[in-house]
Amino acid sequence: MTDRGVLITLAAAVLAALAAACLVGSTPLGLDRVLSALAGGASAGDRVVVWEIRLPRAVAALVVGAALGTSGAALQGLLRNPLAEPGVLGVSATAALGATFVIYYGLANTQAFALPLAAIAGALAATALLTVAAVRVGSVVTLILVGVGLSSFAGALMALLMNLAPHPFSLSDMLNWMLGTVANRSFDDLVPPAPFLLAGLAILFAGRRGLSALTLGEEGAAAVGVDLPRTRRLVVVGAGLATGAAVAIAGAIGFVGIVAPHLVRPLVNHDPARTLVPSALLAGLLLVLADIGVRVAPTDTELKLGVVAALLGAPVFVWIAARRRTSSG
Amino acid sequence: MAELSVQDVDVTLGRHEVLRGASVRVRPGELVTLLGPNGAGKTMLLRSVLGVVDRGRGKVRAGGDDPARLPAAERARRVAYLPQSRPLAWPVRVRDVVALGRFAHGVSSGRPRGEDAAAVERALSACDLQALADRPCDTLSGGELCRAHVARAMAAEAPILLADEPTEALDPLHEHQVMSLIRGYADAGNAALVVLHEAALAARFADRLAWLHGGRIVADGPPETTLTPARMAEVYGVRAGVRRIDGDWSVSIAGPA
Repeated sequence: MTDRGVLITLAAAVLAALAAACLVGSTPLGLDRVLSALAGGASAGDRVVVWEIRLPRAVAALVVGAALGTSGAALQGLLRNPLAEPGVLGVSATAALGATFVIYYGLANTQAFALPLAAIAGALAATALLTVAAVRVGSVVTLILVGVGLSSFAGALMALLMNLAPHPFSLSDMLNWMLGTVANRSFDDLVPPAPFLLAGLAILFAGRRGLSALTLGEEGAAAVGVDLPRTRRLVVVGAGLATGAAVAIAGAIGFVGIVAPHLVRPLVNHDPARTLVPSALLAGLLLVLADIGVRVAPTDTELKLGVVAALLGAPVFVWIAARRRTSSG
Repeated sequence: MAELSVQDVDVTLGRHEVLRGASVRVRPGELVTLLGPNGAGKTMLLRSVLGVVDRGRGKVRAGGDDPARLPAAERARRVAYLPQSRPLAWPVRVRDVVALGRFAHGVSSGRPRGEDAAAVERALSACDLQALADRPCDTLSGGELCRAHVARAMAAEAPILLADEPTEALDPLHEHQVMSLIRGYADAGNAALVVLHEAALAARFADRLAWLHGGRIVADGPPETTLTPARMAEVYGVRAGVRRIDGDWSVSIAGPA
């Protein structure tokens, strides 16, 4: 399949999944009712279900997946390791810590931009720290361990904040951000993080050529004319913005940034630059589908999307890690 | 056409002086090989040209400019560099590795066009890689992979080439082919500075041999004047017999000097 074929197939699947997300749910709607609700017709009830409940939630899952998939693909290209991912490297956890801080101090309800900014600040701090560490430690495996440590530390601080949470409402809010969910998201919730998310994706896309050349290692990439500091900056800032914005929307959702690029890579001859857009689409698709699954699953309490993503993604992570030859670093 | 000149370059790593006043000059049309034992500073000399390592002192010019001060892409268009260690993070196709040689010409991954595509094809055929062009690199032998990296460096078609052991892991036939390729590259008016391990191979193809020992260039000249048993003893610490038969060289190592 050509790159274009891959993109068209994935885009069509994303549209189909969005349509399915509107159709499926506790009140089954027929395609005719969904289409007329989308067009502004149908009953007021149908319009509420489609426009205020199902579609915003599906779109939230899509953009969060796109941000995490692209960030994962770009970090993997930069660090030359298929296990690099915002969740594994502690970027998502640090961003969620930022969000938790804002909730703890009660700022989230008064200032629309407080939570996204705090999440993005957390994510940028993590990506910057990782890049400084990457230059110093030289080994990607060590770097991933640094990320795991960072993730645990952010988790511990979040647990501390939850422990000290002033009242049960903020506790349940914090839990949502720690576990990751797109339940009850409206389009209004997507507006504040959207510019950061789009900027992050654009910055990652701007750095994609350098990622291809990094296939040759850092010395080889420099030899063919890559401006390494610039490529590093673009990935750090881009992944920080995109992941931070994704966490601001849905909390910490792990592993999708590993799984999607891993599936995409063989379709584009393993060229890191060409994995970015298909990874965005596939990660978005996976989260939209997982969220439909969460909604229709016959459980008393709705499962959190992040929990399902981890249940499915963590075994894949272990599988990829176990199959890697140790010699390749 | 561009000349490479390295004058009095010092490189210090930590407290260790790896290069001490090293100088070498490669004019257009010349193939110069750097010879020396492990740790003599051969790789550091190439890296110091590019500015990958900081030079404490000294002056480097590639086509009139210091490569370390050129923007990355401009430097790559002027100086092609084949490093000694050539990791590949992903099992990309041979064709894509070679196309990365055109990175500084603005080639987007996967789809070189026009002159870039032609340069990639020339490099593939020069390195005898057409049959392997669409193979993923993780299915190649060490020698085939080495040729893919040589082709990557040749595809840049830069006027100056720095190659660090381009014949490592090659069988005698492909060793000869790669060196002939670099010889042809120099004969076309380009400047090549190549690190080699084997003095006889260097003598067969190079215009001059630059002998590095302890971070200094201890001799620099054509094989006729510099490839001697005394030099082999001085630089490598070996007792060697050197013979010249019909323009071909043979160096036999008898043991430690």
